[in-house]
Amino acid sequence: MSRQSLSKAHKKITELSWEPTFATPATRFGTDYTFEKAPKKDPLKQILRSYFPMEEEKDNRVFGAMDGAIRGNMFRQVQQRWMEWQKLFLSIIPFPEISAARAMPMAIDAVPNPEIHNGLAVQMIDEVRHSTIQMNLKRLYMNHYIDPAGFDMSEKAFANNYAGTIGRQFGEGFITGDAITAANIYLTVVAETAFTNTLFVAMPSEAAANGDYLLPTVFHSVQSDESRHISNGYSILLMALADESNRQLLERDLRYAWWNNHCVVDAAIGTFIEYGTKDRRKDRDSYAEMWRRWIYDDYYRSYLIPLEKYGLKIPHDLVEEAWNRIVNKGYVHEVAQFFATGWPVNYWRIDPMTDQDFEWFESKYPGWYNKYGVWWENYNRLRYPGRNKPIAFEDVDYQYPHRCWTCMVPCLIRPDMVTEKVDGQWRTYCSETCAWTDIKAFRPEYEGRPTPNMGRLTGHREWETLHHNQDLADVISSLGYVRDDGKTLVPQPHLDLDDPKKLWTLDDVRGITFQSPNVLLNEMSDAEREAAVAAYKAGGPGGRPAAVA
Amino acid sequence: MAAPVKKPDAVRSFPKPEFTDAEAGALDFPSANSRSYNYFQPAKMRATTYEDVTFDVQPDPARHLTQGWIYGFADGEGGYPQDWTALKSSDWHRFRDPNQEWEQTIYRNNANVVRQIQQNLANAKLAKAYQNWAPGWVRFVERNLGAWMHAENGIGLHVFVACQRSAPTNMINNAIAVNSAHKMRFAQDLALYNLDLSEADIGFDGSVHRSVWHEDPAWQGVRENAERLTAIGDWAEALFATNVVYETLVGGLFRSHLVMQISARNGDYVTPSLVGTGENDFSRDLAYTRSLLSLLVRDSEHGAANVELLQTWLSEWLPVSLHAAQELQPIWSHPAERVVPFADSFAAAKDDLRSVLADLGVPEPKELSA
Ligand SMILES: [Fe+2]
Ligand SMILES: [Fe+2]
Ligand SMILES: [Zn+2]
Repeated sequence: MSRQSLSKAHKKITELSWEPTFATPATRFGTDYTFEKAPKKDPLKQILRSYFPMEEEKDNRVFGAMDGAIRGNMFRQVQQRWMEWQKLFLSIIPFPEISAARAMPMAIDAVPNPEIHNGLAVQMIDEVRHSTIQMNLKRLYMNHYIDPAGFDMSEKAFANNYAGTIGRQFGEGFITGDAITAANIYLTVVAETAFTNTLFVAMPSEAAANGDYLLPTVFHSVQSDESRHISNGYSILLMALADESNRQLLERDLRYAWWNNHCVVDAAIGTFIEYGTKDRRKDRDSYAEMWRRWIYDDYYRSYLIPLEKYGLKIPHDLVEEAWNRIVNKGYVHEVAQFFATGWPVNYWRIDPMTDQDFEWFESKYPGWYNKYGVWWENYNRLRYPGRNKPIAFEDVDYQYPHRCWTCMVPCLIRPDMVTEKVDGQWRTYCSETCAWTDIKAFRPEYEGRPTPNMGRLTGHREWETLHHNQDLADVISSLGYVRDDGKTLVPQPHLDLDDPKKLWTLDDVRGITFQSPNVLLNEMSDAEREAAVAAYKAGGPGGRPAAVA
Repeated sequence: MAAPVKKPDAVRSFPKPEFTDAEAGALDFPSANSRSYNYFQPAKMRATTYEDVTFDVQPDPARHLTQGWIYGFADGEGGYPQDWTALKSSDWHRFRDPNQEWEQTIYRNNANVVRQIQQNLANAKLAKAYQNWAPGWVRFVERNLGAWMHAENGIGLHVFVACQRSAPTNMINNAIAVNSAHKMRFAQDLALYNLDLSEADIGFDGSVHRSVWHEDPAWQGVRENAERLTAIGDWAEALFATNVVYETLVGGLFRSHLVMQISARNGDYVTPSLVGTGENDFSRDLAYTRSLLSLLVRDSEHGAANVELLQTWLSEWLPVSLHAAQELQPIWSHPAERVVPFADSFAAAKDDLRSVLADLGVPEPKELSA
């Protein structure tokens, strides 16, 4: 279509909306935001007549690549270290995608201006595309990769695993609570605009370096829809800024959404990129370097800061602190170490680190070996069953961490842990901001102002509570992380499938009692708890318990 | 052209592929052959691609979601509460979309439709097909098809996009999402057709559709019906009132039992090809709606109560759609060639509704036989 006929077509389809007089659309989802002064915004419109063939064309390229990968025996060259983490990643990501589709009517409800509705509706269709195309990619992995265990139980494992739950925030956060908080600030202004770059651009390039060129094919195709979504979100944000009374809520939501996205996405993607790769060229970017480019420069400096002139309060301190956690406080390393500690309750295998990995980490993150090296040597030493228990239950100078009540990633940067009695329960938080999120932000009142539409943090948020005092073998059986011989575990702390004696079974983990740090904390007397918290905060890095005074 | 110069090695850095032999079948070990999603029961022996890519992606505390929903609304309820409809099911997850819609089918089908439409419109332009239209037919199309596109768009956006947030399973919500894509695409196709016609030099007024939709008495019943459908809070009631009641009595009446019947006799072979795609979409959308409601009315635990509830909804929505249909009657006399009497079209539309109701075991209300 020519430019002129395109703009005529756009104009024509805006004629489809009308002001109802008999009845107005049901308001299913509330917001405390107002859009009384919202200026008319014209985000990118999509004419479905060109949209469907355009997407079909993109699909054809994806499906062509899939056929090619199978015919070209791609799996003879993929790194198992990398593919194993895809069992976790691809179990999570289709849910955020479909949640983004479900979030669209919330944004439509909240923003009365019809100019924005068309774009949001098309985004809904995109997100159905993303969710199902990713499920289909996973199916291909399950069919063609050497070890299908973990892919085969994907959505079940996602729903019953601690790591799946961490990822689930990045999805449930789009569809519940205040409609603008969820469907605009959390979903679009932060998750899509900032973090899809690490998800859908940085990660695929790491996949390619590990022999998997299908992930890049699918995820670049997904990412190519994203600029329209970002434009939708930006329009709504500018509309919201027009009402002075929204600014306090915008500041709150940007702080919450930024920090939660950082906690969740950087934990997962950081681990995949740093610990899931075999590419140890010194000149390949570390996650920290990628983050600096994609998030700090492209998002924070080029997108967020310019919004300051429209009255948006930017969480400068939290951007800097996220960076500080990644580059100085070892956030990604602490998380990866925790995933590996918890290997028996995962649904993927985790490859030990080698000398070559150590060298790379030391060059990218000076001081790495002193903090984490010995622990990874122990992980390697304890990788086979028979003579020892899983590493979490051996003495390797590692204290199993408390979990953050808000972001559900454990409180791994131990001096930063915050402990508070909230709603009658002692809760631990990984950071001041996560404590604020639960205690101040997700409440019916914010800084003296009623926020009747704000959501709540709900559910059994500490995963360990569900399995407290159970036998580890029973925990794993009840989760279903057992292979089809009825005894070999899905998770393994190594990649060696060649010898059955190297594979852990239920018998190897029976007789070990699994405990919840939060239950134990709540059982303590005040004095015991204070001492325990003080000792915990004196611990780390690398999970080391504090030296006994 | 200069001879290629190899860059010094230090500048070129790339990962080295490695032979890993990580393909299926390379080794034998427990679960080496476990190559299907094993957490749900497929409807047939083997799961279809559609089931694989759709089932359980929206988790459910009644299935595998052990920690429950981790975000709630202000009232504490999170995720996809089952009480967002008053209909009940002993297992919502039994529903499968008979159209098996997922990513690939959505784009394939809709891309095929728009290609077909664009081809037809291009041919029509080339053949100057609109030049033969009688002025009365031009008026008919500009007013009535023009008004109709509003209904399609409003319902697509404010009934179906809205409802795909609300049902308890991914299978249901995706089917509803595809339904909304159909509606919006069809509405836009009609709008762009309207644009083509206003540029065709046949005296076609491309702006009159607004006032017809807003003010023409014949169309106010349809507009009222459409607007009221968007105001329904219960997603299944919205689905029933729209796809079962309104779409058969009003949608089918206008598209199938009027436009499709009379266009050719008025020298117009383009409009039916376009409206036919809307009819085709609707038959797919009715199919999933029927299978969902059929499951619910046959539910071992809640079937009887569900039938009763559908009857209640019917008693509320039948008069609205009957009224909308009857108000439309004057447009049957607009075209020069009056091929079908309103009474025949209306009877056919009522038959369509009767057959759906019979299928669902919902007793026929007396208003329908009147
Ligand atoms: Fe997406
Ligand atoms: Fe998106
Ligand atoms: Zn936290």
